[in-house]
Amino acid sequence: MNLNDIPEKNPLSMQLDLSKFSGEQFSLATEEEKQQQDVMSESTTFFKDGMRKLFKNPLAVMSIILLAVILATIIFAPLVVPYRYEEILSVEGKRDKGAKNLAPFTYSELEQRYIEKGGERFPHIFGTDEQCRDYFIRVVYGTRISLFIGFFASIIVLIIGMLYGSISGYMGGRVDLIMMRIVDIIYSLPDMLMIILLSVVLQEVLQFKSGTLLAKLGTNMVSLFIVFGLLYWVGMARLIRGQILSIKENEYILAARSIGAKPGRIIRKHILPNCLSVIIISTALQIPSAIFTESFLSFVGIGVKAPMPSLGSLANSAREGLQSYPYKLVFPAIVICLIVLSLNLLGDGLRDAFDPKLKR
Amino acid sequence: MTKYIIKRILLAVLTVFVICAITFFLMHAVPGGPFNREKALSEATIAALNARYNLDKPEGQQFILYLKNLLHGDFGVSLKNGREIKAIIGESFPISAKLGIFAMIVALFLGTVFGSTAALMRNKLPDRIIVFLSTLFTAVPSFILATLLLLVFCIQLKLIPVWDANSHSYLLPVIALSAYPMAYITRLSKTSMLDALSQDYIRTARAKGVSKFKMIFKHALRNSLIPVITYAGPQIAYIITGSMVIETIFTIGGLGSKFVSAITNRDYTMIMATTIFLASLMVIANLICDLLYKLVDPRIKYD
Amino acid sequence: MTAMSERLLSVQDLHTSFFTDAGEVQAVNGVSFDLDPGEILGIVGESGSGKSVTAYSIMQILADTGRITGGRVLFKGQDLSRWSEKQMLNFRGKSCSIIFQDPMTSLNPVFTIGAQLREAVVLHTERRGREADERVKELLELVGINEPEKRMKQYPFEHSGGMRQRVMIAMALACEPDILIADEPTTALDVTIQAQILELIQSLQKKMGMAVILVTHDLGVIADMCDNIIVMYGGRICERGNAREIFYNPKHEYTKGLLRSIPMVSNMKKKLVPISGTPINMLNLPQGCAFCPRCDAAMKICLTQKPEELVINQDHRAACWMNVKNAYEEATGA
Repeated sequence: MNLNDIPEKNPLSMQLDLSKFSGEQFSLATEEEKQQQDVMSESTTFFKDGMRKLFKNPLAVMSIILLAVILATIIFAPLVVPYRYEEILSVEGKRDKGAKNLAPFTYSELEQRYIEKGGERFPHIFGTDEQCRDYFIRVVYGTRISLFIGFFASIIVLIIGMLYGSISGYMGGRVDLIMMRIVDIIYSLPDMLMIILLSVVLQEVLQFKSGTLLAKLGTNMVSLFIVFGLLYWVGMARLIRGQILSIKENEYILAARSIGAKPGRIIRKHILPNCLSVIIISTALQIPSAIFTESFLSFVGIGVKAPMPSLGSLANSAREGLQSYPYKLVFPAIVICLIVLSLNLLGDGLRDAFDPKLKR
Repeated sequence: MTKYIIKRILLAVLTVFVICAITFFLMHAVPGGPFNREKALSEATIAALNARYNLDKPEGQQFILYLKNLLHGDFGVSLKNGREIKAIIGESFPISAKLGIFAMIVALFLGTVFGSTAALMRNKLPDRIIVFLSTLFTAVPSFILATLLLLVFCIQLKLIPVWDANSHSYLLPVIALSAYPMAYITRLSKTSMLDALSQDYIRTARAKGVSKFKMIFKHALRNSLIPVITYAGPQIAYIITGSMVIETIFTIGGLGSKFVSAITNRDYTMIMATTIFLASLMVIANLICDLLYKLVDPRIKYD
Repeated sequence: MTAMSERLLSVQDLHTSFFTDAGEVQAVNGVSFDLDPGEILGIVGESGSGKSVTAYSIMQILADTGRITGGRVLFKGQDLSRWSEKQMLNFRGKSCSIIFQDPMTSLNPVFTIGAQLREAVVLHTERRGREADERVKELLELVGINEPEKRMKQYPFEHSGGMRQRVMIAMALACEPDILIADEPTTALDVTIQAQILELIQSLQKKMGMAVILVTHDLGVIADMCDNIIVMYGGRICERGNAREIFYNPKHEYTKGLLRSIPMVSNMKKKLVPISGTPINMLNLPQGCAFCPRCDAAMKICLTQKPEELVINQDHRAACWMNVKNAYEEATGA
């Protein structure tokens, strides 16, 4: 690195025209002046940052809107539509046999005559099914049930998985080893087959008090919940345990313990918030899985008990007579797809926004 | 290494045993025993069945005898038509196996190809299309897809013949069965390829003067396959249960559709035997995947 | 100047930026320096000063979002930034190699060490098969790994950080490059291992005679090894000179701050004087001197005008208004 074109003595005065400067420029700058120069990026909390990222994601926003619309519909529709899901349509007290398999927005002969006479009849937005029931309200109730099943199953998985995973992870050592061995075995059990088995058996064995929600749902759904409670939580347990193990080694836990914080407090204040994002994402993706399981069971014939509709059972019974009445399959199918799609996209969006491990 | 293999095999055997136990005791929890459902059976037949299946003995002993029979290949007799279940499985399983293997290969191969392509052409048109389609197909239940395919291609367009004794077209069933796993594997391999490409060792390879092509197909690909293999096991389970749906809709006489009718008909012996058979398949498949995984990723701890 | 075409490497007014979602990060803003054969150059700076990016720009291994936005990089007189990918493939690993900071993640976990070294050999030399393996063994011995036959068949995860870094060095030297870039080679290692690795690099340089660019934030690492030193901050060069000048006669406030903050065993009684403030945000570079907000001696002129690099003496240049102030006061007799 030779700079041999500049002479040694008094180099700066040769390089610059010092007359261009004034003494004022060389006075000290104040702290405020320096701070103005220093533009640091905004600091935000993890939560705020994540929410901001989430709302920038158009697919995630669309999913949230779509889910909100669906939720609003299923809450308010029964207030607007005068039919009940199990109600066989009747006009002026008489069973309307002609109201079978009506296309959307059409009326049966009896109903038409009634309207001509001056009566009011709420339109059958989705038509009717083979048992002369309004299809729209059945789809709405089916959605309610499917979402309820999905949600409830996820909660079961969440609670059991979290408890098991936290205990296993926090205890460590022998306890952890044994608990994880059990998880390994449960993990290899074929869930679907177990559900089927259990449903077949429970049907004969269980009798619910008629009129209760459980009775209306039927023993098959109970077996679904039981199996979810017995088998599906293992994924969540592993996740939580993994989180706890990695956090346990973390230095700030050591710091907290060294100042005397009790284990319960440590779990609450340090471990849970870190697991939160994992929990939310996992739950969001669990609901579609439950809905699929439920529709599979309906397919095999051990789904929700009639006349209670579920999206899966509606789609399934629509398979007969598909050529003549395609709409009966289309409506529940679209609703299933929309719900599952939005939950999947939302889950993806949440993961992109909140998972700190994701490299950008 | 061998210690690991032995451990895994033992675990698999234990799992199959647990499955047999659960299945057996559940079936026998049905009040009145599994055989009294069938009203058409005469007293004498019932007595004969009871004798054959040792129903007069205590349950624990029954279970052991059942296991013994299983190990000899005696799966029992179907309640519906009296045939040896072993024979039923023997003739219907090969069809299901063919369907399942085709679907698995298609899903794995195409899934990896699509996923890697999407990763390499990130944010360009191929990526967007692939992401759209794969997201869509993870949201469609297989029975809906199968029904639609059947309706459009077989019945309305009459392009592909419906399955019967003479014409075996695997095309549509394989598409319907592989759609979900393929979509899932596509998304998975895209993520894992992107992850692999962002690793430091890729930068090292580049600094060494490795060409971009080699960097992707030699250095990144193998690492990106690791998560895909992890999920191959559960995908096999999906294909087994999915085949029940597909076979029923396409009227394919495979083991899956036989299982579905057994459930509908409350053919308990058939349900029991098929459950154990299919479950054992899943356990073996998982075992193979675990061992394969170890082959690909040398870092896995031996225990 | 005839000197130009003889320069092994000549970086001229290099500008490199990353185009991210958050905006353009100007990582390197007008960096120029030359490298002679066999010269050991140290580039010192904090995280975010642009030193690593400068090295990556030379080798053109920037991330997808990065691009050279201005200037030239001349290798033996030819402009690298204009080369095709094919030409670059021939350059990387052969004429110029780099070793990275984190040996734990820089090696591919699914290939054996032997396989990865063999790849380096096969890519750029004519050796194949057994010849290549012989070379691999040679290289492992060169970097001080004994039982090379056994090690070759092992995977990276079976080795410690220090060992892995030695493998990285072996890989970089496989084809006897003209330039070796070491990007924070010891930062991720234990202190005792650090010394070993540095010694290794030094002895290999003496043996093989390649030029070395040592990029680090640790002045202690630079002290013994380097002929010349460049100090960078905010993507620009603050000061440059030979090692002696920089350590004993610093002429930039940042360099002075760095030197003050080194804990020195001989001076245990003195309080550590860290540089206040946090590293600069490269998304929004200030108008004046990049170091101004953290500089204790900042002046009004520093706020608005970027200082030029001025010659202090034959082996020393600095870009700091303090030097101009001193000259001014000397001239006006203030």
